[in-house]
Amino acid sequence: MKFRQTWTAIRALLILTVVLGIGYPLVITAVGQLALPAQANGSLVKVGGTVVGSTLIGQSFADKDGNALPQWFQSRPSAAGKGYDAGASSGSNLGPENKDLSAAIASRQAAIAALEGVAVDRIPADAVTASASGLDPQISPAYALLQVNRVATARHLEAPTVKKLVESMIQGRDLGYLGEPTVNVLQLNIALTRLDK
Amino acid sequence: MSATLWLFIAQIATLVVVLVVIHRPLGDYMAAVYTSPKDLKIERGFYRLIGVKAGSEQSWPAYLRSVLAFSAVGILLVYALQRVQQVLPYALGLPPTSEHLAFNTAISFVTNTNWQSYSPEVTLGYAVQVAGLTVQNFLSAAVGIAVAVALMRGFAYRSSGTIGNFWVDLTRGTLRILLPLSAVVAIVLITGGVIQNINGFQDVTTLAGQTQSMPGGPVASQEAIKLLGTNGGGFFNANSAHPFENPTPWTNMLEVLLMLAIPFSLPRTFGRIVGDTRQGNAIAATMATLFLVSGSLMTWAELTGAGTATRLAGAAMEGKEDRFGIIGSTIFATTSTATSTGAVNSMHDSFTSLGGGMAMVNMMLGEVAPGGVGSGIYGILVVAIIAVFLAGLMVGRTPEYLGKKLGAREIKLASLYILATPTIVLVGTALSFAIAPVRADVTTTSIFNPGVHGFSEVLYAFTSAANNNGSAFAGLTANTPWFDTALGVAMMLGRFLPIVFVLALAGSLAAQDKIPVTAGTLPTHRPQFVGLLIGTVVIVSALTYFPVLALGPLAEGLQ
Repeated sequence: MKFRQTWTAIRALLILTVVLGIGYPLVITAVGQLALPAQANGSLVKVGGTVVGSTLIGQSFADKDGNALPQWFQSRPSAAGKGYDAGASSGSNLGPENKDLSAAIASRQAAIAALEGVAVDRIPADAVTASASGLDPQISPAYALLQVNRVATARHLEAPTVKKLVESMIQGRDLGYLGEPTVNVLQLNIALTRLDK
Repeated sequence: MSATLWLFIAQIATLVVVLVVIHRPLGDYMAAVYTSPKDLKIERGFYRLIGVKAGSEQSWPAYLRSVLAFSAVGILLVYALQRVQQVLPYALGLPPTSEHLAFNTAISFVTNTNWQSYSPEVTLGYAVQVAGLTVQNFLSAAVGIAVAVALMRGFAYRSSGTIGNFWVDLTRGTLRILLPLSAVVAIVLITGGVIQNINGFQDVTTLAGQTQSMPGGPVASQEAIKLLGTNGGGFFNANSAHPFENPTPWTNMLEVLLMLAIPFSLPRTFGRIVGDTRQGNAIAATMATLFLVSGSLMTWAELTGAGTATRLAGAAMEGKEDRFGIIGSTIFATTSTATSTGAVNSMHDSFTSLGGGMAMVNMMLGEVAPGGVGSGIYGILVVAIIAVFLAGLMVGRTPEYLGKKLGAREIKLASLYILATPTIVLVGTALSFAIAPVRADVTTTSIFNPGVHGFSEVLYAFTSAANNNGSAFAGLTANTPWFDTALGVAMMLGRFLPIVFVLALAGSLAAQDKIPVTAGTLPTHRPQFVGLLIGTVVIVSALTYFPVLALGPLAEGLQ
């Protein structure tokens, strides 16, 4: 009696594994690849024919030592690997009373204040906190606007031109009330290269 | 602040409106699926292959044996796949997982918990992800609904020795409900940017000239059932915070709705099966009230942003994505912890003390607001039995619910049900600190944040495992022999002990005839009963967990 149930269970599991574990993902993959290849393959973005990343996956615009490259808009701090490692998505998981987190926030604030030449109280929260995935592709409009003067100076562009570009790239809330307004850093930086003469 | 409040209200209103609209057709459809005498042609073929007579119903012990046998072979298969993954296709060059991790992960996905002690992108190849994990995403959900439907039949049947056929319930739930819905949802998710391919990692040179290793994988197909089946196991380590799992604010709203869709429709199914939809409405109203209060409290805690580091940064954005913001994160977190899904779109470990505490409270309520697919409705029906019993004590009448007498056997089974999970949570947490060598390992290796927050990480882990939620204060290093084993045992007991009690209850209710409603019968469809039920849920969990919450999130929040 008990053995009969087990034998039924084994057969049911094997058949369902073929249907749900092989058939279903393959059908969805086929539909995705045929009907929606751009999204199904990661929303990759090309510059001059070469893939430079994905609009959905944030990237680092710092040098090897982690110092911000002044000619690029900067992404948020990242806890994925050594920063924006797309093979190791992760948040910091530091708790609100953890002294390491307070120290990290204070040092990021000092670095940004120095880089942008602004007072600490003007720095938005997302600029000094690590995102959940470590791959957040976006920053708040406030953080993007904070970086305008420095980027313009580094690129020998007029600040109002860069500011206008940033404003044109602010993405509003979905349907007007879902999520928060953001600026996609990779798309902004790609648009920035087109401003260069 | 008031603009933020309006955004919160608008998003909550969206959830309420959509759920009110879909719960009827979806609930009615599910009732029809589980009560229809007809089998589809493909189902008849399947029953022949597995040797099941579709027309024959099972007694509760036979139903239970089928559930246990099917889950046991499920655990063995997921375990085996992980241990030999290096020889499977699309292994991405990854080695087999350790014995303790394979044990934990196998139990985790078969019990609908989807706790992840590991980082998927560096641990599991695509073969294990689809043939092991995607499959159990479907099957563990179908098992949960099957058990719930068996309990509903217990209330509906008269003087019956049987409670349905597990194999039929499993097959219909999978083929007629979960698979078609998931297929549609998966394609909608792809349009939003969720990936679906079989590429491995692809190296790209970034705009600033660095190398970034871009992941691939059949993600959308798993994402759909992960949410619809209140499973919660991410394809990637960052789960629904990862832009390839949850790319936009609208996919985020869709994912929240997917988690809520079946749990909030099953009360309608219950109403249809017992022949009185008002009874289902009262259950849904109870779930919705608890959910709304809890979601508001967590959102308030996160928007207020208490805590040293949070104040310094200016807002609770550590561990949150810009595209979701605080509200998009707290609505998701409330949904995920209140539905036993356990997916995350933000890192709960970095929430404010009280916000993270609310995530724990949602699970400690016993996953009934609205709870996981199936487990939520059977959980709250057990609490409803306790509530009716309490009301009966007050007026000195033999309690009855839906025409069934609640005698000593029924009350004993319901009491065992509500005691089982808290016992696992509290004993597991206590043992982690009481056994000297374990404590040394827990405090030096596993705990990430210092002080009481570290204690909260351990409490959260056992709460999540025993309630089959699967979310975590993810700073905790859980891939150790102690946590893999102890949490594995907690998930197994937390899933199957309640199922034993629920099916026994179903059997003893089904065996009774219905007694007629009289003037002295407690009405269980009115607001008064909803209030009583809410009170019972809150009091039972508060009495159980208040002391241990005081040691963790409350102590930290009061610092």
